Amino acid sequence: MDELCTGLCKLMVESGADAGLAQFVSLLVGVLLVSGVPLLTVIILIWVERKVAARIQDRIGPNRVGPLGLMQTFADLLKLLGKEDITPTSADRVLYNAAPLVSFASVVLIWVVVPFTPFHFGVDLEIGALYFVAIASLGTLAIMTAGWASNNKYALLGAFRVVALLVSYEVPLVFALLVPVMLAGSMSMLDIVNAQTGMWFVVLSPLAFAIFYISSQAETGRAPFDLIEAESELVAGFNIEYSGMKFGMFFAAEFLHVFTNGILMALLFFGGWMGPLYYESPLIAFGWLGLKGAIIYLTTLWLRNTVPRLRIDQIMAFNWKFLVPLSIANLILLSAALKIMQELGIAPRDMLSASFVEVLPTTVIMLLINLVMVAYLLGILRKRGQEARRESVTNQGALAQVASGAGD
Amino acid sequence: MNVLNEWAFVGLFALMAPVFPALPIVIAWLFRPRKPNALKSSTYECGVETIGDTWVQFRVQYYIYGLIFLVFDVEMVFLFPWAVAYNELNLFGFVAGFLFIFLLTDALFYAWKKNALDWK
Repeated sequence: MDELCTGLCKLMVESGADAGLAQFVSLLVGVLLVSGVPLLTVIILIWVERKVAARIQDRIGPNRVGPLGLMQTFADLLKLLGKEDITPTSADRVLYNAAPLVSFASVVLIWVVVPFTPFHFGVDLEIGALYFVAIASLGTLAIMTAGWASNNKYALLGAFRVVALLVSYEVPLVFALLVPVMLAGSMSMLDIVNAQTGMWFVVLSPLAFAIFYISSQAETGRAPFDLIEAESELVAGFNIEYSGMKFGMFFAAEFLHVFTNGILMALLFFGGWMGPLYYESPLIAFGWLGLKGAIIYLTTLWLRNTVPRLRIDQIMAFNWKFLVPLSIANLILLSAALKIMQELGIAPRDMLSASFVEVLPTTVIMLLINLVMVAYLLGILRKRGQEARRESVTNQGALAQVASGAGD
Repeated sequence: MNVLNEWAFVGLFALMAPVFPALPIVIAWLFRPRKPNALKSSTYECGVETIGDTWVQFRVQYYIYGLIFLVFDVEMVFLFPWAVAYNELNLFGFVAGFLFIFLLTDALFYAWKKNALDWK
């Protein structure tokens, strides 16, 4: 029992509390502390999301309630509290009420494996990366549940399309995730960050990061993959029958998911808390992680508010015919190159203890391979683009002929 | 922290996680007005009554995507141990992993050739 019980738990046992109770309380305090971070950030995120979207669309955004409109979220929360909550009579009540809870819980649960600093984290699971994949697919389940339980045709249709999209984009996401796992030789988030002491993984494989970025944009249902709220085709999508606080929960979950993915990308590819003076104080380390996560998060907002929505056939074709083959090719090429370098003795066998100088030759070669792949891809895309343009020109010519024929 | 305690933490977190979103919903339940009527509680459909049942058969394309995803998802789980052991692998283990990935790619190209990837 002794090795199980440290810190707060030990303190409680020494002051005469029951050992089992002490352990439970210390675990509970840990859970509340770790979950407090996402729950507090989501309040700010709603404001950031609206403000950034407003600025990009040349509006001012919330600016009335409190300084800079910072209190807007609380005002909205109060308003949502007073909103009538309608459950359609034909809906499956249990599943209908469970869906928003599962949706939000699935995002909060990801934070179990997110290390905030080298010393402050919920738990450092040995299968951290796999845990993230497993929990992320819970969100898909929540959307399917919501769409099905609403017993509404629009909701069900929206849910089908979204699930098809989410499930498809999970494939390149996991393939891209395999690259940092392979480089670090571990699925633990802490090990993956520590393995980037020599060099950030984004430099070793920018393509894997790009694939991860694109597919996580799709996983969170953001433009150009925002079939999740196709208001012009399906009135809204899976959440059409939801109102009041339950509706709000779906949105809170979405906003938090985007930021969570930003933090995850910072951890997996941008060295997490690595930065000048991070070892001086956990606060500085936490600051670096937050800064990197926030920058990635802001770029996703920028992308979301800039690009138009794609059709579902385009989205699916892009995933299965471009992203999936690319992610497989990326994994094969990188792993082969790294293995050859390891056999030749150029690359370190253990990234965890490798310094910058030791990783440098590997970095240069891996970066070159990535650049060659990108150049090749751009060539293919250019050719396809030219073909598509030529086709549209001939189509327009044909249309003009039809039009002039009609005029005769 | 040992393994048991780690998963106790995850378990407790999983129990607590639905409580956070449930809390505001319950508070809203205390305050919100309740004025349901037959029209309000009917299925939303742009002002007209819904025709027929919602839970009917749907297009087969979703199943096909589901099946392709299943192939990849199951095989990817097997790739994780390979990636973790990557640094200690000798050439044999490495090539074995490669063959596995090629099988996966083969499945993708089969589905591609069969036009299973086209949204019809």
